[in-house]
Amino acid sequence: MSALLEVAGISVTFDGYKAIRNLSFEIGECELRAIIGPNGAGKTTFMDIVTGKTKPDEGRVIWGEMSRNLLKMNEARIAQAGLGRKFQRPTVFEDQSVFDNLLMALKNPRSAFACLFYRPTGADRDRVEELAAEVGLKEELQRTSGELSHGQKQWLEIGMLLAQEPRLMLVDEPAAGMTLAEREHTTDLLVNLAKTRAVVVVEHDMEFVRRLNCRVTVLHEGSVLAEGSLDHVTRDPRVIEVYLGR
Amino acid sequence: MKGSFIARNPSILVFLLCLAAFTLVITLMSHAMGTGLVSTSFVKTLGKTLCLCLVAIAMDLVWGYCGILSLGHFAFFGLGGYMIGMWLMYARTELIVAESLSNAAIPPTDQEVVDAIGTQIFGVVGSSDFPAIWAFAHSLPLQLALVVLVPGLLALVFGWLAFRSRVTGVYLSILTQAMTLALSLYLFQNESGLRGNNGLSGLQNLPGVSASQDWVSLWFLWGSALALGLGYVVCAMVVSGKFGSVIRGIRDDEARVRFLGYSVEGYKLFIFTFTAIIAAIAGALYYPQAGIINPGEVAPIASIYLAVWVAIGGRGRLYGAVIGAALVSLVSTWFTGGMVPSVPLGFYAIDWVDWWLVLLGLSFVLVTLFAPKGIGGLFDLVTARVVPDRHGADYGPDKGSLREEEGRK
Repeated sequence: MSALLEVAGISVTFDGYKAIRNLSFEIGECELRAIIGPNGAGKTTFMDIVTGKTKPDEGRVIWGEMSRNLLKMNEARIAQAGLGRKFQRPTVFEDQSVFDNLLMALKNPRSAFACLFYRPTGADRDRVEELAAEVGLKEELQRTSGELSHGQKQWLEIGMLLAQEPRLMLVDEPAAGMTLAEREHTTDLLVNLAKTRAVVVVEHDMEFVRRLNCRVTVLHEGSVLAEGSLDHVTRDPRVIEVYLGR
Repeated sequence: MKGSFIARNPSILVFLLCLAAFTLVITLMSHAMGTGLVSTSFVKTLGKTLCLCLVAIAMDLVWGYCGILSLGHFAFFGLGGYMIGMWLMYARTELIVAESLSNAAIPPTDQEVVDAIGTQIFGVVGSSDFPAIWAFAHSLPLQLALVVLVPGLLALVFGWLAFRSRVTGVYLSILTQAMTLALSLYLFQNESGLRGNNGLSGLQNLPGVSASQDWVSLWFLWGSALALGLGYVVCAMVVSGKFGSVIRGIRDDEARVRFLGYSVEGYKLFIFTFTAIIAAIAGALYYPQAGIINPGEVAPIASIYLAVWVAIGGRGRLYGAVIGAALVSLVSTWFTGGMVPSVPLGFYAIDWVDWWLVLLGLSFVLVTLFAPKGIGGLFDLVTARVVPDRHGADYGPDKGSLREEEGRK
């Protein structure tokens, strides 16, 4: 399997604190991967580096079959290249309607001039409705997204992520604050999504990761501690010591 | 999302009708029409107010919609005024010089005419040579192009440097203040080539026009109303579509917009430059009505007033900016014109010429604290727009994002 995203030897230091040290791993095309680790293991910093928010001190981040160097691109270009990110706290544009939120995320030319003269086509409207139906917000299209419940905002954000048609989705703690039923729904959705694109889930809820039934990477103090199936890593004595033992 | 543009934004039609009715009524009441119910100087004041409304719309676009608190947009307004003022002054002086030289025994050469104009214009700063920046002052089309190009280019370069470095929030406001202060200080120098602190004057006299000021004031009222109407519609189009969605997204949470794949810097630069050009056009219409422009006009305080107007009118809605600018500037004219009787307190008399600024400052603070939607928010009472209860949370993490009370259902 050829790698879609390759992270090689990255390190980053904040004010003398090494948040990431010599981190390397690969994610393949259409792979579902969970990244787990205790607080401060560098999960969020890793996502910040891959999406261009933070520049590492050293290392490489290589993307796609063209082997493009993501470190040379800004956030917007990386997103255009096909890397989507979902935040832990639901971040939607609360002042705007669900329809506008989805339309903004829809994969279309992103330049200022293209947007200025953009009028939604019938196909775009259909796509927005389709997406809204997929995440269960079909009835809420004209509502202001700020009025939605916490769970609905999470769904809207996932819908926006889908609208971007990314090749790799980075999902930060998707199950946080969800009810048991919503969690199961989320698991199914993520597993389904991973059939057509790569999905990386950052999570610390072990039960949730078990249900995903995928390869797991354990981070600790900014580098990879163990990698493999959940059963494999949970048997690793080092993992037990730093993570499960507590 | 269905229906025509106007149908989706009924406020545009209402605004245009109000503007047309206002212009018609003032026209009928003017001296030029023979009724004389409104003095010519007041027609000019109203025409100038329309220009201030236009620059307020520009401010609303950049601050109310995109969240960039620019405190330098009056610099572009002033620059627009200077650009048109250069032609007005040159062309009119040329006519005067031509008349006085026509009686000479030997017809003057072109160079002699230019020298005479130079002496007339720059005598006041002890010079008679034309600085290089006056190279196009003889031509109206070229100078009109400069009205757009000079402020546009300044905004483009300034914005590019500032946004590329991701300067945001209060730091950007300070930078824009520094820009307008620097421009003002530069223009104050005689060496700037724009007559230092004397500024450009006599701009109310249109060269080659023999009509009285009664008519000229009316023409400018019509021109200003037309520009305001057009500006309103264009700005409404800019903010209503997907572009509007993106810039409102930038206002509330610019990091999120970046992760959607939009180049936030590009959008900010576009809106900054676009609004600078609108401000410049407003300035080019304003100063011929004011008759004079000097560097004091681009002082930092002017741009702060602009933000106050938009805040009092209600940011994030175009008609709010218009109402704020019109109301505050007209009330300001009224108070500072000595037309309001002072309040005798026995031991002290409150003279409104001095105390008006205190009143304005107080109302600004009160509006920000107790009515963040501004005067425009009153319309929500009519349309029964209700703000959802957000338990005090803003609409996004950024400094410029909408506050809970400013939101809409």
